[in-house]
Amino acid sequence: MSKDMSYAGVMSRRNEIMKNAIGIDYDVFESGGISFDYEKMMRETGYTLEEMTKIQRSTGVGNTPLLEMKNITKLVRKISPEGKGARIFIKDEAANPSGSFKARRAANAVYHAKKLGYKGVIAATSGNYGAAVASQAAMYGLKCIIVQECYDSQGKGQPEIIEKARKCEAYGAEVIQLTTGPELFYTFLKLLEETGYFNASLYTPFGIAGVETLGYEISMECREKFGRDPDVVVCTNAGGGNLTGTARGLQKAGADLVEVVAASVDLSGLHMASDTQFNKKSFTTGHTGFGIPFSTWPDRSDVPRSAGRPLRYMDRYVIVTQGEVFYTTEALAQLEGVERGPAGNTSLAAAISIARELDEDKIIIVQETEYTGAGKHIQPQLSFARDNGIEIRFGDPKDEVPGENIILPKDPSYIKANDIDLNKLKRSYIKNCIEKNPDSHVTKEDIQFLAEDTKSSVEFVESILKDL
Amino acid sequence: MMAKAGDWVLIHNIVLKPEERAPQVPDDTKKVPLECLVKGFLIEDGVVGDTVRVKTITGRIEQGTLREVNPTYTHDYGKFIPELLQIGITLRETLFGGEDNE
Repeated sequence: MSKDMSYAGVMSRRNEIMKNAIGIDYDVFESGGISFDYEKMMRETGYTLEEMTKIQRSTGVGNTPLLEMKNITKLVRKISPEGKGARIFIKDEAANPSGSFKARRAANAVYHAKKLGYKGVIAATSGNYGAAVASQAAMYGLKCIIVQECYDSQGKGQPEIIEKARKCEAYGAEVIQLTTGPELFYTFLKLLEETGYFNASLYTPFGIAGVETLGYEISMECREKFGRDPDVVVCTNAGGGNLTGTARGLQKAGADLVEVVAASVDLSGLHMASDTQFNKKSFTTGHTGFGIPFSTWPDRSDVPRSAGRPLRYMDRYVIVTQGEVFYTTEALAQLEGVERGPAGNTSLAAAISIARELDEDKIIIVQETEYTGAGKHIQPQLSFARDNGIEIRFGDPKDEVPGENIILPKDPSYIKANDIDLNKLKRSYIKNCIEKNPDSHVTKEDIQFLAEDTKSSVEFVESILKDL
Repeated sequence: MMAKAGDWVLIHNIVLKPEERAPQVPDDTKKVPLECLVKGFLIEDGVVGDTVRVKTITGRIEQGTLREVNPTYTHDYGKFIPELLQIGITLRETLFGGEDNE
């Protein structure tokens, strides 16, 4: 009998397909309800920091330069009150083989696939992760398929995503380009079933553990250079893995006092699965369309339990506008002589704002950069926006309306990151946990888990539960 | 345009028709099919517009409408955005220019 290949048919085989494609039995860590043993999952299916470092070094991943943004820091001090303006550094992750920090995640995932004997790897991604998986697969001699959401129904595609397809193909990967819609996941499942390849998901324990080396390196380098840990590390937040891995790496270094700040580009009001709004956004990652839903429900990812759990590690969450990030990208090139892709500069834009709040002796680390080039540069992205009817002008970024305009700050003092109410996100996550598990009685263990998963307390969780 | 077996081509197919789309899809997306573009080596001769089969770079067989032979990347740096010039000029002026520097 042939298999049911309809949308509903394939989706109903989801768990079985995933089990074969990841080699992890998630049931082992389950309690049967809301809670699960996160640390056990990370310990038993991940790798130790030493192992990960060794795996990454063997393919030239990691150990990237930490660059001081001397002129940007000077600029910040010019627009700050006397004595304010922290030193800003960037961890130049564009120096990784595939051009972004995602090489760290891919290095471990692809190593793991090779070790388990899979013939190939598949990843569903429009972003830098696809290039990273393709690059690592090339090094290990594995086949690679990248599934992308690329075009609207008119066949128009974001220059950034098209460039990423080129990069994947340059590394020998097969790229499957789809039009807008969440059924990308359906195509992904069909391919896993057809090929028997490994799901190099962004959200497996090895994928997240791969980023731990980034947090660890930051702490070690700062101790070497300044004799202490940084005060703030800003992480661009989309699916949550970047922040989770970095924060875990900092903890493994014993850098417990570092404030971990999430930063996303504000795309509020734009529906991520809308065909007509698809090309109205100028950022394809690192934005609130991923950052908020993945923070408040991390297990929406392509594995039963996501290893990326940002609320567990986040001390603060700020949003910046598209205009602020494009402006910052140009500032980075013009003032520091470092030309990098815009998406990776989301956290740099946030850092410029945060630095103004802090004393001059404080240290902020922006923990990533990404490669740039045709398609993946401010010029084609703004040009594409203008062609799609988006107004581009100088002004006050607070007047920016995603999908309508991109407002470049009149001057750097107009770069102002806005705080998201973390307690609201935590409440929303707890509410989601209850709604997704309607039959389960909330146990003491569940409350303890929710407190840990939201970096709060048992009292906080209990007060939220009482309100629901 | 005629394509020979073995040529590197781009094909197009419909993954889901509008009525087959996922229930959670927004209304505007539900009106259109989910389309797919894949590249591969053509298995038998064909003409652009024909339904053909290809062998992809990973060795999978895919079927679809022949779109393009030797598909080209057309993305570039886009049209010039003059506003970008002003950012560098004003930032350098703020940082290095003015009275302090004369």
